[in-house]
Amino acid sequence: MNEFVDPLLVAVLLTNFFVLGTSRLRAAITGTALQGSILGVLALFVHHEIDFRILLVAGGAILLKALVIPGMLLRAMRDAAIRREIDPVIGFIPSLMLGALGTGLAVVFANTLPLASSHVGSLLVPAALATVITGFILLTTRRKAIMQVGGYLVLENGIFIMGLTLLKAVPFLVELGVLLDLFVGVFVMGIIIEHISRNFSSLDTSRLSSLKE
Amino acid sequence: MALALVLTPLAFAALGALVPSQRWRPWLVPVCGATHLALVAFALREPTVTGVGGYLALDHLGRLILGFISVLYFLSSIYAPGYLALRTERENRVFTAGIMAVLGVMSLVTLSQHLGLIWVAMEANTLATAPLIYFNKNARSIEATWKYLLIGSVGIALALLGTFFLAYGAVATGADSSLFFSDLVKAAPHISKPWLHAAFVLLFVGYGTKMGLAPMHTWKPDAYGEAPGLVGVLLAGGLTSCAFLAMLRFVQICTAAGEGAFAREIMVAFGLFSMAVAAVFMARQRDYKRMLAYSSVEHKGILVLGVGHGGAGVFGAMLHLVNNGLTKGVLFLSAGNIHRAFQSKLSDNVSGAIRRVPVSGALFLAGFFAITGSPPFGPFVSELTILRAAMNGQQYLVGALFLVALVVVFFGMGATVLAVVQGEPPKSAPETSFKDRLVTVASPLAFMALVLLLGLYIPPSLSTLLHNAAAFVSITP
Repeated sequence: MNEFVDPLLVAVLLTNFFVLGTSRLRAAITGTALQGSILGVLALFVHHEIDFRILLVAGGAILLKALVIPGMLLRAMRDAAIRREIDPVIGFIPSLMLGALGTGLAVVFANTLPLASSHVGSLLVPAALATVITGFILLTTRRKAIMQVGGYLVLENGIFIMGLTLLKAVPFLVELGVLLDLFVGVFVMGIIIEHISRNFSSLDTSRLSSLKE
Repeated sequence: MALALVLTPLAFAALGALVPSQRWRPWLVPVCGATHLALVAFALREPTVTGVGGYLALDHLGRLILGFISVLYFLSSIYAPGYLALRTERENRVFTAGIMAVLGVMSLVTLSQHLGLIWVAMEANTLATAPLIYFNKNARSIEATWKYLLIGSVGIALALLGTFFLAYGAVATGADSSLFFSDLVKAAPHISKPWLHAAFVLLFVGYGTKMGLAPMHTWKPDAYGEAPGLVGVLLAGGLTSCAFLAMLRFVQICTAAGEGAFAREIMVAFGLFSMAVAAVFMARQRDYKRMLAYSSVEHKGILVLGVGHGGAGVFGAMLHLVNNGLTKGVLFLSAGNIHRAFQSKLSDNVSGAIRRVPVSGALFLAGFFAITGSPPFGPFVSELTILRAAMNGQQYLVGALFLVALVVVFFGMGATVLAVVQGEPPKSAPETSFKDRLVTVASPLAFMALVLLLGLYIPPSLSTLLHNAAAFVSITP
């Protein structure tokens, strides 16, 4: 563990709030991209020595989470000519408050879990849970398909932080899983987004309601 | 051997993507199904089947579910060429390749012996099935695919978080176990309890989403409603059984850790809730394909409820997994035929199916009686076993609620099914050239025959598989 880890995690928590509070899609996507690059740097500092595996995880995270997927989302946004999340299910101030509540609960819950000696007192587990909760809030309260993918990315970022705690202890299936999930899942979602915008001439999932009960 | 079970269907999928002929490509599907069935029959005779350094192996649970999936797949694969011949207006390259790839990844789930690998296999399942739901390429099928991917991916993501929690509890806090299931079960008493509890909840919700338990079932009506009937069979019988298998692995770890009661309470609660939600939404359901989706929610609820009771309930759940999957084969394929014959899947526009497509109409009706637990069909036996387990465990309230849900479902489903099957075809219904032919009824007829057989007689080889699987799941610490 390193003295840079906790400040970086605080930065991750701040980007959570930034994404929750903004109505501009471009800002929100940039926020998730920024969060992704912070996670890449974080991967370098979580353990004392840096080996090839850690470089691979950090490089992969930055490439996918900070460049490729946000780039895809920005392109979809430009093609569909939408800029703002106009009408979220709940407003931006309430979602910020929910995010704060979630972060608080994450800290409380993380304190009840017994940690490995090297993680005691660090923000790793609380930040992971808080980011997962933020992703959940975004997924459930935003109507634009692009923002839902953004929420899914934030959720994934939280899981990635949790995965970092296991980087040394567990053979490399874990990070393979993280990257595969992210890459393929969102890649396919990107394809679907293209089809949605072509067929509905909109990326608003509340239009996806012909299948309601 | 284990690797061949996974790679053979994947090789067929690659071949399917390469074959240029739109007309001959679908015939690869039954060939793939038959080859896989032969391989599985061979593997089930072997005392041990392993591969790739122990990452793949067939244990008792895997034997049952792999065997079941292979039979289910083979019987439904017979339907594929006839169905795709009716849909010549659609390019079937992606569909054919996808439907064969699904068999490979489903086999991978049943063979996975590693905490991480089973998750990768479930993720691959989600991705391989998405293009199948998208087959009709219209606005409604996009909506269904979008929901399926988004909700499915969130479920998979939660399962991954649960996987990390379990790994953290097992490795980082000093229990010192590998992440192979057999080692995890051995080391279970030493896994840190708070992490184990949190991990189980996350894994249950995550894989429960893939299984379609309420309230995480919202993708199901859309996906089953919009996908071709053939895909419905594979989702309702195959994919959800894979998710159930993944869930059972963690129930097993929880039980071995002495936390079985914790896991069982969650399962009983979610099981009853799923049955209740399905009963409510099935009443007055006009779309008969969506009705089948709610029936699937109900029966997945019955499965977790059965395991939640423990004892004979686990055996009942194993038997019900087989019965439900086979009956869903009858229902989805005959519903698909009726849909073709009337060009509508709303009960308002469809009636007199038994006159226009007599065999499919009769099968749909018989399938309805079977799935709602009427004797002499298979599901009657398995549901009775689960009910008896509840009564023997003195869970009278649970048993009563179980019965009430079954009765409500019977009447709710019956209203829609009878409206579709009985009477005269409406004047407004467009004339279609679709008639019952051997290629479209052979498969549901075969499913129906098996459902009837299992209601009357369980062959000793299947009985052994079921008992071994049930004993394997309900280990005592």
